[in-house]
Amino acid sequence: MTTRIVELRRGILKKNDELAAGLRANYAAAGVLVLNLVSSPGTGKTAFLERTLRGLRERGARVAALVGDLETDNDARRLASSGAPVRQINTHGICHLDAEMIGKHLDGWEGVRLEQLDYLFIENVGNLVCPSSYDLGEKIRVALLSVTEGEDKPLKYPTMFNSADAAVITKMDIAEPCDFDRELALKNINEIRPGMRIFETSAKTGTGMEEWLGYLEEQRALRSH
Amino acid sequence: MHELSLITSVVESVTESLAAYPGARVIEVRLRVGALASVVQESLEFCYGIAAEGTPLEGSRLVVKMLPVVMHCVPCGQDVELQGVQSFRCPRCDGPCSEMRQGRELEIDSIEIDEVEEKK
Repeated sequence: MTTRIVELRRGILKKNDELAAGLRANYAAAGVLVLNLVSSPGTGKTAFLERTLRGLRERGARVAALVGDLETDNDARRLASSGAPVRQINTHGICHLDAEMIGKHLDGWEGVRLEQLDYLFIENVGNLVCPSSYDLGEKIRVALLSVTEGEDKPLKYPTMFNSADAAVITKMDIAEPCDFDRELALKNINEIRPGMRIFETSAKTGTGMEEWLGYLEEQRALRSH
Repeated sequence: MHELSLITSVVESVTESLAAYPGARVIEVRLRVGALASVVQESLEFCYGIAAEGTPLEGSRLVVKMLPVVMHCVPCGQDVELQGVQSFRCPRCDGPCSEMRQGRELEIDSIEIDEVEEKK
């Protein structure tokens, strides 16, 4: 017997990364801006996304959404009330979405073709840990946190906030009764991801939504050049 | 808590690469994991025993090398190692850093195997 060291130097998530690269190329070819929304359970991703879908549709944009949950299609039904095509992905216990699940649900999505969309939103499973490792081919990863969660959330989950391209603070309408320290929250996000765009919103009152929709339009315009 | 699925990928990947070394026994599997990879070392080690059971990796050791976050500081013109993951500021000039050079690694570095010598 001889002992030998074999260099492998291989990414553990290589398969997902390859699939995500394929998706990214497809999104780019189709000219659709893809966003991946991540947060804890209960942050208000669905309410925020519903308002976003409505807002973009009112501006004449073609939008669709994929929504991930362990079980139930409740979120898909809520989002569908915006009039946009929505498809539920049930992970049945898996704590994140991966590129393979996205590819499967894009294939054979009746009535939806990437080339006919301006924006595709992917609402990830509510979890601030595992989804950070799985590239879905998105252009923009959006990390959300609500005023009820505590200003130190970015410090507790640095991986997610550091890997995000934009941050959204939700439920700003109840910031005051929650004793939300706005300055501290902004400072903490900035410590983890210096210079990241931050949107302060309320899906209930519509606060901050104009600015957010404007940002989406800017990002989409960047893509067509 | 996706360590079990990650480790299962490791076991599959190593098993595939063993095809080139028929009859070899795996002694050690070495991983490189960045401080921002969202995985817990102890959890990887715990899951390894379960995932390796009944595979050619059964009985082998898992060695996880954790890597600190390294950022590039533009004003200092050099790569700097962060002391933790609570602040992405340069430890030299205290300026914010956004270019990451190391910290998200999640890879199989190498394996140590006992090979059966070919009969001459």
